[in-house]
Amino acid sequence: MNNRPRPRLNPALLRGLTRARRSPLALPGPTRRRTLQAGGAAAAVLALSACGVGGQQRDPAEDEDFWADKERTGDLRWANWPLYMDAERTQITQFTEATGIAVDYKEDVQEAASFFGQIQPKLAAGDDIGYDLMVLPNGFELARLIELGYLVPLDHTRLPNFAEYAGEVYKNSTYDPGNRYTVPYASGITGIAYNPEYVDREITSVQDLWDPAFEGKVGMFADPQEIANFGLLANGVAPGESTREDWEAAAEKLREQRDSGVVRAYYDQDFIQPLTNGDLWITMAWSGDIYQQNSEEGTNLEFVIPDEGATLWTDNLMLPFTTRAPVDAVELMNFLYEPEIAAGLTEYISYISPVPYAQEVLAEWADGDSDGDRADALRAMSESGLVFPTEGDYQNLHNFVVLDTDQQDEFSGLFQAVTQS
Amino acid sequence: MRNRKLTPYVLVLPAWTWLALFFVVPIGGMLSLSLTTGNVITGFQQTFAVGNYATAIGDYWEQILRSLSYGACATLVCIAVGYPMAYWIAFRGGAYKSTYLLLILLPFFVSFVLRTISWRAFLSDNGVVLGPLKDIGLLPEGFAVLNSAPAVVLGLAYNFLPFMVLPIYAVLERMDPHLVEAAHDLYANRVHAFTRVILPVSLPGVFAGVLMTFIPTSADYVNASVLGGTHNTMIGNVIRTQYLVNNNYPIAASITFVLMGLLLVGIFTYARALGTERVMEVHA
Repeated sequence: MNNRPRPRLNPALLRGLTRARRSPLALPGPTRRRTLQAGGAAAAVLALSACGVGGQQRDPAEDEDFWADKERTGDLRWANWPLYMDAERTQITQFTEATGIAVDYKEDVQEAASFFGQIQPKLAAGDDIGYDLMVLPNGFELARLIELGYLVPLDHTRLPNFAEYAGEVYKNSTYDPGNRYTVPYASGITGIAYNPEYVDREITSVQDLWDPAFEGKVGMFADPQEIANFGLLANGVAPGESTREDWEAAAEKLREQRDSGVVRAYYDQDFIQPLTNGDLWITMAWSGDIYQQNSEEGTNLEFVIPDEGATLWTDNLMLPFTTRAPVDAVELMNFLYEPEIAAGLTEYISYISPVPYAQEVLAEWADGDSDGDRADALRAMSESGLVFPTEGDYQNLHNFVVLDTDQQDEFSGLFQAVTQS
Repeated sequence: MRNRKLTPYVLVLPAWTWLALFFVVPIGGMLSLSLTTGNVITGFQQTFAVGNYATAIGDYWEQILRSLSYGACATLVCIAVGYPMAYWIAFRGGAYKSTYLLLILLPFFVSFVLRTISWRAFLSDNGVVLGPLKDIGLLPEGFAVLNSAPAVVLGLAYNFLPFMVLPIYAVLERMDPHLVEAAHDLYANRVHAFTRVILPVSLPGVFAGVLMTFIPTSADYVNASVLGGTHNTMIGNVIRTQYLVNNNYPIAASITFVLMGLLLVGIFTYARALGTERVMEVHA
């Protein structure tokens, strides 16, 4: 009897990993030739692929009578961000009931940059990207899609609700004048949030993010445009009208902030948890996330639009030129602008609706609701400046600067040098 | 008869095809891309722009060196923690060896990113570790670990520990226990038995472990972005940003090759210094 315990897991595979004798690293003689051969093969591949990647811009003239022969298909594939509609997909159910169009809804947009990276090669090849309708923020990716000619110009005769119900701010964007390619889905404010448990004074200024009293407890956004906006605001410059010199000064201001030690880290989107548990005391923040956290978790985080102003960003509905169901997609866009539908969406996502009437609808629902908790929640939302900014708030909200690809590279380089140190 | 001569080539064909399709071709394409200029709108033209490499090194040498040093630190932590683990399982694990190995692998059933994020709650300023220590006055109120270099190294070491434990275990487990007995017969005390017999025998395992932790940790970007703060950016984060956010494929590709080159040089030097060949002879 062999009483040495036998491991049931076969270690032979693991052993193979340790056979250094057969490893090319340990045998310099014969490998040299092989290395040269491999080098030769690589050179051949290099020669083959040394032609670069061709220009990918599409001629927008192809879209002149895009809508002429388009008909409803009854099937729509929609890519949206996670948590941008309730789990029951209430609005989609309503849409399907009203129109008979089936919607394949996917929460596939996790991040604008990687989503762009995913669809760009397919669009360049003219292939279907798997979605007929998608939602992306105003930002570099949207600018690139427009510049590349990858978006379908919208037929506004099919969007009567947009013309009737969209707020003026949302009909006059700087990133897509005249809503040629996009209509807003939801908007948000990037302002300052702080935890009053740790910050015992009222925050009123962007300069508070530079205050040494908050050493190691300040959060900033990693996105080049978002952080640039706050550097510009701190220098008293309106982001929308900023110039190259302003960017350099803003980058310098932000570098100062970083090197003074007040900044804890640069966040992509997960700033809520650190703000709640005290790792962050004060941070750049998005209005809807703060509203949601307070209303659902009972926290009392504060959100302010500082005296210097804050920024308004918008997530937009748009059609890639490869869309298979343009008519269905535009019908859905139009449907989402009905005040009742817009109000339903807002109740769940807590971000700003492009339909100001949604405020009245929510207040009406609150009056008519017999369930006390829901009525309170609806009323609180309809009265919240975070979800329905006042006229005065809008005066204080800035646009992002709109840049072409060359400027984008320079702009990103300046601010990534700050955040990716 | 002629057929039999061809057999080895036929057998090796799948492996070579695999390597050619998924390694040689992409690497060649990437090398070509690293020498182009242009942008995503106009396309990237082959101009043999060697300057891309100058940009890659000139702008990002700090992040490159930092990545190599974080990778080295994490590897050392892995050896310090992983070697005793492997030793204990191999020599004292008894009938439960495979259970212990399974326990080491168990965290791998959870997503890499989620595991890393859970460290954030763990290391939080008032979290389960630092909170109580601050309450009893062992640590000053302002003390922080999260969003610092130690947090990143800790995360890296944690995530790649099994890659160190398993190869060391595999070597120790098949070591003949009589070698240790022989050492004792020759009047070696326990320290000498370890340094003169067990350690040299296990070095190939350590070597494999180092390869399998140092390379991926140096190129990692998840830990730095989840657990890092200012001045903790690793080169993986830069490559990711250049590729995905800026769509600056040539620079992303050049940085990749610089990193690859440095890692290869490091590994070759290490292999030479350790004298793997000689170590294997002792073992055999």
